[in-house]
Amino acid sequence: MTLPAPHRVDAPDLPALRREKGQREVFCGLTGIVWLHRKMPDAFFLVIGSRTCAHLLQSAAGVMIFAEPRFATAIIEERDLAGLADLNAELDRVVGRLLERRPEIRTLFLVGSCPSEVIKLDLARAAMRLQAERRGVRILNYSGSGIETTFTEGEDACLAALVPAAPPLAAAAPAELMIVGALPDIVEDQFARLFAELGIGPVRFFPGRESAALPPVGPGTRFLLAQPFLAETARTLEARGAVRIAAPFPFGAEGTTAWVRAAADAFGIDELSVRRVTAPGRERAKRAIARHAERLAGKRIFFLPDSQLEVPLARFLAAECGMIPVEVCTPYLHSRHMAEELALLPAGTPITEGQDVDTQLDRVRAARPDLTVCGLGLANPLEAEGLSTKWAIELVFTPIHGFEQAGDLAELFARPLRRRDVLRV
Amino acid sequence: MQLAVWTYEGPPHVGAMRVATAMTDVHYVLHAPQGDTYADLLFTMIERRDHRPPVTYTTFQARDLGTDTAEIFKTAAREAYLRFQPQAMLVGASCTAELIQDDPGGLAEALRLPVPVVALELPSYQRKEHWGAAETFYRLVRALCPATRPARPAGGPRANLLGPCALGFRHRDDVAEVTKLLDALGIAVNVAAPLGASAADVARLGEADFNIVLYPEIGDEAARWLERQYRMPAVRTVPIGVGATRDFVTEVAALAGVDPTPALALDARLPWWSRSVDSTYLTGKRVFIFGDATHAVAAARVASEELGFDVVGLGCYNREFARDVRAAAARLGLEPLITDDHLEVEARIAALQPELVLGTQMERHIAKRLRIPCAVISAPVHVQDFPARYSPQMGFEGANVIFDAWIHPLVMGLEEHLLAMFRDDPEFHDEAGASHLAHLPLPATAGGTAGGATEELPAAPAADCAASPQPRVAGAAPGEAAGLWTPAAEAELRKIPFFVRGKARRNTEAFAAASGLAEIDVATLYDAKAHYGR
Repeated sequence: MTLPAPHRVDAPDLPALRREKGQREVFCGLTGIVWLHRKMPDAFFLVIGSRTCAHLLQSAAGVMIFAEPRFATAIIEERDLAGLADLNAELDRVVGRLLERRPEIRTLFLVGSCPSEVIKLDLARAAMRLQAERRGVRILNYSGSGIETTFTEGEDACLAALVPAAPPLAAAAPAELMIVGALPDIVEDQFARLFAELGIGPVRFFPGRESAALPPVGPGTRFLLAQPFLAETARTLEARGAVRIAAPFPFGAEGTTAWVRAAADAFGIDELSVRRVTAPGRERAKRAIARHAERLAGKRIFFLPDSQLEVPLARFLAAECGMIPVEVCTPYLHSRHMAEELALLPAGTPITEGQDVDTQLDRVRAARPDLTVCGLGLANPLEAEGLSTKWAIELVFTPIHGFEQAGDLAELFARPLRRRDVLRV
Repeated sequence: MQLAVWTYEGPPHVGAMRVATAMTDVHYVLHAPQGDTYADLLFTMIERRDHRPPVTYTTFQARDLGTDTAEIFKTAAREAYLRFQPQAMLVGASCTAELIQDDPGGLAEALRLPVPVVALELPSYQRKEHWGAAETFYRLVRALCPATRPARPAGGPRANLLGPCALGFRHRDDVAEVTKLLDALGIAVNVAAPLGASAADVARLGEADFNIVLYPEIGDEAARWLERQYRMPAVRTVPIGVGATRDFVTEVAALAGVDPTPALALDARLPWWSRSVDSTYLTGKRVFIFGDATHAVAAARVASEELGFDVVGLGCYNREFARDVRAAAARLGLEPLITDDHLEVEARIAALQPELVLGTQMERHIAKRLRIPCAVISAPVHVQDFPARYSPQMGFEGANVIFDAWIHPLVMGLEEHLLAMFRDDPEFHDEAGASHLAHLPLPATAGGTAGGATEELPAAPAADCAASPQPRVAGAAPGEAAGLWTPAAEAELRKIPFFVRGKARRNTEAFAAASGLAEIDVATLYDAKAHYGR
């Protein structure tokens, strides 16, 4: 496949960007259900899809220890394809039975899949129809289909669907800070303490731990993205008047400091206070990173496209661990949300948007990086070729944000290198 | 529309992937969206394969629909051929591409590739993984084997092994073990397929004298075609367990016209291990069996005839082979459970309260929640079902492996005796937990066994998503009868060893409920024991 010549994004000092099209090797947006259902314990995710969707979910979840998890697949069968009217009736029946069985559910997400999109099953209408018959449970829909969403875009679609359900923030109310993106509870608490110390309050989290108690949204909302893959959620919030605070993402000591500082600036907190409040966490993070940076410094890293965390993580590993990004491939590059990150990447870092897996693997083999960040389908084959790898999926399942996790984040990348060094077999 | 939480089988194109991945030079071009690439990790992570599955996905997107998805397929097929240079290609659609009806077979034919191209029609909304694997293997055999049977090479008897596949439960080691058995009989393995076979190997299946169908779920469709086309007889006895292995050897030897004695003389430890006195405690242990039909039926025979267990439940998830399970269940006087709904299986296990569950990874999780010992006997598989060590299920060594694998989850005979004797010692008191974990506190959750949460090995690294098990134990939670116990009866109950106490409590409460008793005293406890005792 011929590639377009590298061209530069807006600003002159930004890294080279290449766009690539071809075979992708990534999960679809349904995968996000695996972490979203844990973040929102009062929500249920019902995928309307095929046996493949169900199989994907259980393979991605990896373990099957829940008797009845808060997600399931309504598998479309041959007879359902005969007519959409019947399919809608079937869906109503399945939802009815489900809600009867699980009365504790406060939010039901009808999640679209590739097959439901292709047969044009209108889940927005289905949600409205089902909602009309029910109180006490909110019924929303979004698409996690692989023809529309890549891996983490499923979370984006889910959160964007939640935005209209949030109550309005009164026009006269003072400005409020909102942190957007599903974070592990422990990280959420750390950030809440940090912003409270800065005197920024109340701090809202979107999503919070209860899908039924959404934070208010309005022109007084100032939001910080905690995840780099929330383009649609940000757009939907902005449509309700909320204002995004531009910042790098909270990875590493520097990234977290810059992220907190951006919020502080937006709320008129003076620099002295920012330094005072961030200093302890920042120092702890630096000490924790230093232990691993020694092993990582000077090592070359190649990112294959996966979670859209690639650019911020490459920035962190280059700036704070001394790694050399050989190439950073990402499924999508949101140039506005990523502007601060791109500015912090080493000049000339090659960036690729999109994927053609075989040619990307050719480049990995040619570059022979010390570490390749990739999906699970590629990791063992690359290891067998003598190339150390880091599973990208671990980066979305593990707490990696903020000061207190900065050391863990560095360790995730150091571990494969350490293992390679200790093994004598 | 079927509501599914966990599934026993993937979609049929995953079955096709298993066949392509098992072979050495076949490539599969799958018209599918990007999400379907998850299936690669089944092979690279669960089976720890060191190569990517030979599958090219077209990964078309929404914006491609209605414009040029067919062109995307043709480009993908052409480039896959050039890059991977396979000796045969499979082309087909996954569930989504099936709906857009691009006809991968016709498109691939138009490319005029210089190798055989096999078009697969796998109806995703009707069929499942095993069927997909069987159909794919059958289509390949039909496409690659010449219409007339090839000439038989000179030499002794030769057999094919049909059915072993990628992602199969112990297929790798079963092939080695059955090959050893055949070797002892002087029978050469002509081709084992699809596992390890090339397209050229499949083309010479007809050079063997007969076929051995090791895994009917995958190999039987092809074996039946070879019977029709080449008049090749097939052996369908599956050599799992000592008795079945002996039957298998006898049948194979008769077909090949050789003396069975050398193979029958091979050392099997299971018979003596089962007859030795420590095993007397196995007598009448109540066992529930569920899996694919072949493994479930084989397990039922081993359990009842070779280990002296009492089979109290038997079932399978693949309806296509349910007849065999029904027949086996009838022989044991049981009502078979044919379902692919794991909640139904859980309910049955909870109701039967067996002492051992033999099942798939799904039943392993059910059994863990219900705190019942379990051994895995069948796919669907998990990373731990691909052990580094040699661990067949078939042949005499397979029987030895089965003895160990099924018996170790149970408390051993002498151990059971000693536990009863020392149950009041500090090491054995209630809160001590399993002896090797005695220094650790018991987990607070009621649902997991001691150490159960940490023992959980992930198939994929998503382990962190596995929060502590939710205690939702149908039929095992203390019922309304829990409040009926007198203090003396409670005290007496606590003297019963912890590993059978739950059952004693349930039985007593059930007995009290059935008898309409308002309270449970010490006498009720022993009345119930007498009632349920065997």
